[in-house]
Amino acid sequence: MEYIKAFVIGGLFCAIGQIFIDKTKLTPAKILVGYVVAGVILSAFGIYQHIADFAGAGASVPLTGFGHTLATSVKEAVDQHGLLGAFTGGLSGTAGGITAAIVFGTAVALIFKPHKK
Amino acid sequence: MTKKIGTGTYVFQNPVEVCAFASIVGQKEKEGPLGKYFTKYSYDEYFKQDSFEKAESFMQKEVLNDVIQKEQISPQDIDFIFAGDLLNQCAGSNFSVRDTPVQFFGLYGACSTMAEGTILAAMTIDGDFAGRAIALTSSHFCSAERQFRFPLEYGSQRTPSSQWTVTGSGCVMLSKSQNKANPHIKDCCPGVVCDMGVTDMNNMGAAMAPAAALTIKRYFDDTKTKPSDYDLIVTGDLGCEGKEMLRILLKKDGISFGKEYDDCGTMIYDCENQDVHSGGSGCGCSASVLTAYILPNMIKKKYKEVLFITTGALMNPNTSLQGESIPGIAHLVHFSMNKGVN
Repeated sequence: MEYIKAFVIGGLFCAIGQIFIDKTKLTPAKILVGYVVAGVILSAFGIYQHIADFAGAGASVPLTGFGHTLATSVKEAVDQHGLLGAFTGGLSGTAGGITAAIVFGTAVALIFKPHKK
Repeated sequence: MTKKIGTGTYVFQNPVEVCAFASIVGQKEKEGPLGKYFTKYSYDEYFKQDSFEKAESFMQKEVLNDVIQKEQISPQDIDFIFAGDLLNQCAGSNFSVRDTPVQFFGLYGACSTMAEGTILAAMTIDGDFAGRAIALTSSHFCSAERQFRFPLEYGSQRTPSSQWTVTGSGCVMLSKSQNKANPHIKDCCPGVVCDMGVTDMNNMGAAMAPAAALTIKRYFDDTKTKPSDYDLIVTGDLGCEGKEMLRILLKKDGISFGKEYDDCGTMIYDCENQDVHSGGSGCGCSASVLTAYILPNMIKKKYKEVLFITTGALMNPNTSLQGESIPGIAHLVHFSMNKGVN
């Protein structure tokens, strides 16, 4: 059941992105940034936490999940360090994800060569 | 002695002959409807090179060497090379000719480069500046994606209306007329830049169709001919949408195309089954169709009079991101099997 929930909700996020690509003139980069911002906003209003509780990885893996992590980490950092937390919290909270992206991205780039689609 | 007629169609007085030509393509083109005409191809998109950019230069080198060999001459017998491609600073061409000691002009005409180079090469010959001149161009799907959209490494989704850049290269060698069994260039109509305010980089057919309509209208007015006087009228890479748009635009001007009209971008791929969305694009699209399909079929007498109109979208990725519209251009070359001096 866990997997089905993750699949449906995660897939829904991706399907919305595909609709943006097909039906609007938005570039993929704008859609990605939009997803991060949407995650932050949904998280700020306390909505994303419910989605994350329901869908698990289906909500944390898409980029909206990154926005959600940014927002919650800032909240925690502000609670601990005051205003300074607004500046440090986002990146400290997401450091794991960012570093993993760099490490795995570099590793894959070293091993594989790109090919046509 | 004037060679200019009307608004700007130039009639060659010393017939210019297409004495040799060559093409090379990648896998998708080989698997397309014109596949059997492409005798030289590679299923490896790197063409055994380290990078896509090197692969693109390699294709140009191959076709350049092919025409030199077909004519059994040495590079010193060629006076000029007019070459261009889609990469920054025309790097594909600059690198492909660096081992060939021939006077070189680098061109940027986006996808219109094949006719642009052919016109300039033909003019130097008619003007007695050259005995032999070459027009050369290429495009490569993978290097063009990096140049205009996103590097393939990024793994981005493609917009459905965007065209598919042809991996291919084409080269023609022009000379003073010797062999009347070869196609000749009778006249040409260089394009003017035409910008109708289209800003969508993924819909370049729409940006180029008005430029094509303008050049075609000027040419028919200047030469007092009509579409049915030609066996084949072919545009470079308007794609499915641009092709229909051109028909509509020309109809407004009282010019109606029949079945003699086609577009290299829709000829080279099967738009339904090859997942290429609107069709092919890129310098290599019109260049490879010209050199692998049109010119050989002229020699086989399938086509006698051909209008070859290559279309270019003259934006760069930055101007598009800054919201600028896309200027279009279309150059027209008239190939004929009828050598007769005008």
